[in-house]
Amino acid sequence: MKYTTQKVAYWFFLSALGLLALQIVYGFIMGFAHMGMDGLHDFIPFNTARAVHTNLLVCWLLLGFMGSAYYIIPEESQNELYSPKLAYIQLISFLAVGVTAVIAYHFNWWEGRKFLEIPRPLDYLVVVNVLAFLFNILMTLFKGKKQTTTALVLTMGLLFSALLYLPGMIWFDSQTLDSFYRWYVVHLWVEGVWELIMGGILAFLLIKITGVDREVIEKWLYVIVGLTFLSGILGTGHHFYYIGAPSYWLWIGGIFSALEPLAFLAMALFALNMYRKGEKKHPNKTALNWTLGAAITSFVGAGLLGAAHTLPNVNLYTHGTLVTAMHGHMAFWGAYAMIVLAIIAYAMPNLTGRKLFNNGISQYAFWLSNIGMIGMTVAFGVAGVAQVYLERILGVDFMETQKEIEPHFLVLVLCASGFTIGITLYIINFFKFGKPTDEALVAAS
Amino acid sequence: MLTKSQAKIFFLAGTIIFSVLFLGLSYDTHVNKHDDQTNADKITPEVVAGKHLWESNNCMGCHTIFGEGAYYAPELTKVIERRGAPYVKGVLMSPTPWGEHTSGRKMVAYGFSEEEANNLIAYFEWIGNVDLNGFPAKPKYEIKKTK
Ligand code: HEM
Ligand code: HEM
Ligand SMILES: [Fe+2]
Repeated sequence: MKYTTQKVAYWFFLSALGLLALQIVYGFIMGFAHMGMDGLHDFIPFNTARAVHTNLLVCWLLLGFMGSAYYIIPEESQNELYSPKLAYIQLISFLAVGVTAVIAYHFNWWEGRKFLEIPRPLDYLVVVNVLAFLFNILMTLFKGKKQTTTALVLTMGLLFSALLYLPGMIWFDSQTLDSFYRWYVVHLWVEGVWELIMGGILAFLLIKITGVDREVIEKWLYVIVGLTFLSGILGTGHHFYYIGAPSYWLWIGGIFSALEPLAFLAMALFALNMYRKGEKKHPNKTALNWTLGAAITSFVGAGLLGAAHTLPNVNLYTHGTLVTAMHGHMAFWGAYAMIVLAIIAYAMPNLTGRKLFNNGISQYAFWLSNIGMIGMTVAFGVAGVAQVYLERILGVDFMETQKEIEPHFLVLVLCASGFTIGITLYIINFFKFGKPTDEALVAAS
Repeated sequence: MLTKSQAKIFFLAGTIIFSVLFLGLSYDTHVNKHDDQTNADKITPEVVAGKHLWESNNCMGCHTIFGEGAYYAPELTKVIERRGAPYVKGVLMSPTPWGEHTSGRKMVAYGFSEEEANNLIAYFEWIGNVDLNGFPAKPKYEIKKTK
């Protein structure tokens, strides 16, 4: 590490991994419930487990993004972080809000809108928190010696994410409008501005790991985020097909969302090419695995598996089935979970001065979690396709269909166990690094 | 060969053009088309009260509506058409977990009051009449159970 205040990132990464572990526990609860074993129903009904699972996912990814920004922005702008104290306050308050929400879900207190379940009063606290974060990052950026493209794209992604949270906070009497503006948050996050965050982190990692000239990497970064918005903004229409919005969204959403994989394809080709071009062979192979892995897996999970059900005539049958869950898992994993795990794998040796990369445990962590996730995706996919044929095409009743597809959830839970071992190893290795230290400053420079 | 500043222009221009188009279409959807397509004049206070109940109990955490939500319990967009209001009322007012003895998968026993159940039914009735561009599709076949 080059600046002592980059150490702040460690605490964000630590918290993120803690929430990831908890997210997985609630995933198992749902996996078993789908198998017909919902023994916890009286204490943790399915809707509680689900809200906890998906909200913890969003929370740990956001903590990961914030940690990344606290690590990357000082280094890119060649300047200490504006206020480490504010960063710690912001971390603690973010965790407090997140934990309160998770507890609230166990007591039937929530907003009952998919992915935006956080109760309204807590929404306001999230907004204040994110404003504090953005203030800290922007001050660091503008007081710094340089404003690099990488830093600007990353910051823009974070800033727009905050702005886009707001349409999700408006009350509508109409379920159609409610849903319409909910997608301003959910879709425009994951298929829009979060891709800027991913692209920014990816560019930073590629510059560091491959040693390819910054100008070349940042040029392609612009092309990638250009493709993202070109396709992803009007691509929002793929959520407007069947919610009571006009039928012109069928072709607008169909055409533009079908172009969305291009941005992810560009990301994968870009990462692989920069890796090939790179003269410098960085010793941290684990960080390299996660970086290239994120670029490739996001193309498969978001690009290919998203495109698989994005055309209106296909989506008419797959909309709201387990096919969506299949895509949701690998897309979130490949694009956002893996890029956060990549930056952590890259940053930890620099923060602590201990070179624990390339050991067996970090290799197993990478391969087990990825193979486990591929297995889970296949299990969800088989269950989803079977559901579509039975329920939507043959007209079998919903609950009867669910009974027929129960065995696939046994496969899901088995693959999820492999995945969980991988994540456990990742976390064990994280703790082996120990705490960040100022002595690591010298080591890096 | 593409230069960095050309790439930057591609990004900025694309972002602005497509954001403007998207906001324009959103305006058209919301202001010009929404009320007709969804029968917005039929959104009575009961429907709104039903929507509040739908959200404050996170029904979407198990079910889908307009195909949005979770994949644990049935799609409810056409539930009144499929089951009829009295059946639905029974589910909503049940003091014990619905499904316990039939499918094995349990619903939370909300034990709603008569008024609350009626509000939710009003909400489902409004939902069921929104023009959804053909969703949910009618199954192509009709299969009978043999055992
Ligand atoms: C990293 C990027 C992405 C992530 C994290 C992601 C995640 C998700 C999630 C969680 C859902 C379920 C949303 C809900 O029902 O509330 C969803 C739905 C959907 N996604 Fe993605 N997605 C990504 C990219 C894409 C791309 C690039 C495409 C198209 C090419 C796509 C196509 C779709 C479609 C069509 C649906 C609707 C499914 C339905 O009708 O039930 N996604 N996505
Ligand atoms: C042990 C591992 C996991 C298991 C067993 C698991 C299981 C599940 C189950 C059963 C659902 C509910 C589907 C429904 O509504 O019926 C779900 C939802 C979801 N999970 Fe996981 N999950 C796991 C890990 C993860 C991870 C690591 C991620 C992200 C990287 C993730 C992201 C999601 C998302 C986005 C949804 C919502 C999907 C949608 O609505 O389409 N899960 N998970
Ligand atoms: Fe989308």
